Amino acid sequence: MTARLRSPWTAVPCAVAVVAVLDLVEPFGVRLGHLTGGLLTADLAVRAGLFTIVLVGLNLLMGYAGQASLGQAAFYGMGAFASAILTVRAHVLGIPPEVVSAWWWPWVVMAAAACAVAGFAWVVGWVILRLRGHYLAMATLGLGIMVYIVLRENLGMPHLNLTGGFDGIVGVPRLRLGSAALWPVGVYLLVVWAAALACVALGENVVHSPAGRALRAIHGSEAAAESVGVDVGALKARIFALSAGLASVAGSLYAHFQAAVVPDTFGFVPSLELVVMSAVGGMRTVWGAPLGATVVLLLEQLLRTHLLGLVPAVSGELEPVVFGVLLILLMRFRPSGLVQAAPAP
Amino acid sequence: MDALLEVREVTKAFDGLVALSGVSLRVRPGQIKALIGPNGAGKTTLFHIIAASLAPTSGDVVFAGRSLVGLPAHRVARLGIARTFQNVQVFPGMTVLEHVLVGLHQQAPASLLSAALRTPALRRAERRLREEAWALVRRLDLEAWAEVPAEVVPFGLLRRVELARALATRPRLLLLDEPGSGLNPAEKQALASELRRARDEGVTVFLVEHDMSMVMELADEVEVLDQGQLIAEGPPAEVQRDPRVVAAYLGEEDGA
Repeated sequence: MTARLRSPWTAVPCAVAVVAVLDLVEPFGVRLGHLTGGLLTADLAVRAGLFTIVLVGLNLLMGYAGQASLGQAAFYGMGAFASAILTVRAHVLGIPPEVVSAWWWPWVVMAAAACAVAGFAWVVGWVILRLRGHYLAMATLGLGIMVYIVLRENLGMPHLNLTGGFDGIVGVPRLRLGSAALWPVGVYLLVVWAAALACVALGENVVHSPAGRALRAIHGSEAAAESVGVDVGALKARIFALSAGLASVAGSLYAHFQAAVVPDTFGFVPSLELVVMSAVGGMRTVWGAPLGATVVLLLEQLLRTHLLGLVPAVSGELEPVVFGVLLILLMRFRPSGLVQAAPAP
Repeated sequence: MDALLEVREVTKAFDGLVALSGVSLRVRPGQIKALIGPNGAGKTTLFHIIAASLAPTSGDVVFAGRSLVGLPAHRVARLGIARTFQNVQVFPGMTVLEHVLVGLHQQAPASLLSAALRTPALRRAERRLREEAWALVRRLDLEAWAEVPAEVVPFGLLRRVELARALATRPRLLLLDEPGSGLNPAEKQALASELRRARDEGVTVFLVEHDMSMVMELADEVEVLDQGQLIAEGPPAEVQRDPRVVAAYLGEEDGA
């Protein structure tokens, strides 16, 4: 897989191809789920697309800039809750109902949330990206847990009940484009994957830009990067912000897909899961993102549905164990992930 | 003539161990100056302080009339000081051409947004950068290796890659920490003529070097550092005869 998209427009033919395939297939009553024995459902495909968006940012941060983040799900959650709060509980904040019910409102919220989350990450990044190695990982871990608690504890303002506490928010509306609803799930799937592929294209562009080169240089030698005038701290903070912004967009898309958000979706384990996906797909490639997301989700699904049947006399959760073993094997035999980084021209 | 670089009374102590004590020197524009001295004399420490990757315990470093002390290293680079490293610092996984392109970073558009969208302006800038990078690659005779990742490039050539990366920043002052170490005689010759060419184009060169024959041939002026203190300075031939230098340094090596 050495293919590289040089322009975001290349995403368009990809999206068209997906539309064409689905259009051909659907009239005959064959659906994704049937083709794969119930394994690949539209639900799973949507989630793979959403994680792809998060992973593009995470790969830029971890694989290219070499900065570990164990709290990326926090930004995903911030986007999701921003969208949920500002569509479902907007009246509490005094936003007029006619604005909230307009078709463009959720899109505005999504964009604004992405900018706000990116800004937040940029500020935080200035502080924590000065840390290196394990310390940085611990700091992002702490950040992730803090955000999770703040969401769970109603942003510290229980009288407004903005986040709904443990129970979260239900009834997040579907997205619309003008008067057209981006639903049922097959349509939403296309929207999400169009966004995901666009993000892959954006990520590829960043990697092959001067800023991307500077990023890879930082990974190789910070001293040498500084010696040619690369502002290492500023660039790390900006990539951290970009990755947070992408996670926020994915979170917003998730909220409108799931129609409900709860803080548990954005805690520590999901952050860890994202790192695993990134490692599986290959951190040092942008194309590892869709692959890592899809493979890990499929694997989880496979383990969940088939493992208990294969191993009798086992009750409870065995799939994390198998999952762990597979990961160890991967790290042992293919540490750079499934997609190998192609040397850039 | 006014000094381009002036080191004033620089002292550096690590946990009480004095690496440099009261070092003062001047590098005039357009000259090739060499810093020599036995191992552990503090040469690399002084270079780190000039490039602002280390802060002096006391004293000042002034470049083109402004103090460098307290500036972050990338700001010093942007003021026009480029460097190479004693232990070659390359970017694994990046090609030789990309190393030079990173060297051109200061001329590159910095916006992540225009990078992500690959705007026409960015593409134009990128084309221009590549042309310039290729020109430098050709100038340093690295064409055959341009598309090869650095980790595959022979060590002798990596020193040249570092030089190309440093020259790409269009420096006014080039700091080279043992640029000849690990090079064979032919490579040293090539390096020397490259440095002379850079000087003739207006780049001031300040280098740490162990190879005395290279220093004698190349340097306009030599500073001698011993146990953290400057003990002699002057034209190479004079310094070579200085009894203190002979005692401190040349006596224990071949003295060529």
